[in-house]
Amino acid sequence: MINVAGWSLRAPSNLTRLIFFVALSLLLMTLDHRGQHLGRIRAVLGVAVYPIQFVAALPSAAASWVSGLFTTRNDLEKNNAALAAERQLLLARLQQFEALEAENERLRRMLGSAARVADKAVAADLLEVSSEPFARKVIVAKGSNDGVFVGQPVIDAHGVMGQVTEVAGARTSKVTLITDPGHAIPALVNRSGLRVLVFGTGAHDRLKVAHDMLKVPYLTATADIKEGDLLMSSGMGGTFPAGYPVGQVVKVVTDPNESFLDITVKPAALLSHSKQVLLIWPGAAAKNAPPAAGARPAEAKQ
Amino acid sequence: MNLSPSMRGRLMLLATFAVALILMVVPGPPWAEPFRPDWVGLVLIYWCVAVPQRVGVGTGWTLGLVLDVMYGSLLGSHALAKSVIAYIAVRLHLQLRMFPLWQQAVSVLVLLVVNQLLVLWVRGVMGRAPETFVYWTPSIVGMVIWPWLFVILRDVRRRGNVT
Repeated sequence: MINVAGWSLRAPSNLTRLIFFVALSLLLMTLDHRGQHLGRIRAVLGVAVYPIQFVAALPSAAASWVSGLFTTRNDLEKNNAALAAERQLLLARLQQFEALEAENERLRRMLGSAARVADKAVAADLLEVSSEPFARKVIVAKGSNDGVFVGQPVIDAHGVMGQVTEVAGARTSKVTLITDPGHAIPALVNRSGLRVLVFGTGAHDRLKVAHDMLKVPYLTATADIKEGDLLMSSGMGGTFPAGYPVGQVVKVVTDPNESFLDITVKPAALLSHSKQVLLIWPGAAAKNAPPAAGARPAEAKQ
Repeated sequence: MNLSPSMRGRLMLLATFAVALILMVVPGPPWAEPFRPDWVGLVLIYWCVAVPQRVGVGTGWTLGLVLDVMYGSLLGSHALAKSVIAYIAVRLHLQLRMFPLWQQAVSVLVLLVVNQLLVLWVRGVMGRAPETFVYWTPSIVGMVIWPWLFVILRDVRRRGNVT
């Protein structure tokens, strides 16, 4: 019995409570699915659960700190030498690249089309917190303070990783990877120029989680695509800038019983190995300040 | 510290839930990911059966909401599933207490499967349902570790005097 201002009320029964909370859940889900009304609430709750995620990330952070302590001088020297050699190689390639870029710009100017502007990139650390199984999301240690916006493309050294889907706080944001089952990215086949949509699957490939695959649905047997083809982001839809590698076609299965080809693509980015990612401000290399938050709408809504 | 017994019991409860939540997101080797049991669900079921007057539908809903925020899943999906299994566990707490451990474990499996089924339905409505059998392994792992978890939590309850 509860006494409220002289009225004695019976405590709500278990079933009443269940009905209330189920209704509340349904309301929340509808609101969350329909629009962005809950962005604020999510952000506030995100701050509240940050301690849990922080503690969860401690063991792996401690492990890497300890292994760092016990790195031998020999290892460091070897590592250093390898990095120096790689840098030489990259610098040599960069010289060529710069000449090519200048030439490309000249040619484009002759054709009268706008020169492609280089993108601004900022490195961000991955917070090592595992996500729900079958969803492919990661948390990065850059947030609203760094000018991160929803729909911002994220890459690593090898290719497109995904896009920011939630700026969770001043210092954290959530990135949906291209392998998430709710994600799609417009791309084109580098060899033939064929435009395709690349979907995430989020499925484990026979328990090998490290080999999450992408798929390209809705292509008929006549499509010009074959094993080994490289897929690049096409820049259509406006979220992802053009010209970043998305993945490589590893398998094309033609089944006469099916109307579409079954195409498997291996992501170019090392999605489960990267410790650091790059956040991209498309075409912002010339300007110093990142564009205002929410400058671009997300095209691949989950 | 001089804490009143009821305060101490409350802290014990909160501590077990906090540990369960942390265990849900501690990074492990990728191959072990599908075998991570639903720690929050297991701990929630235990407390619903042991102290149904303290832990119930509301607690389940709150924990589910925290999971939704941590996972970035649809807000309310885990909350819905957890409040339903909390309701069933509270409803059946007298029977569940009488069961021998192995029979309890089987009932826990049923509850965990109901939980996963609800989450799966919500995802299905959103068009994002995983289609592999691997989806269900957390429930099976949960059943296998239930007897051990039960003994540990019973100890916690007796030491902390959670009533």
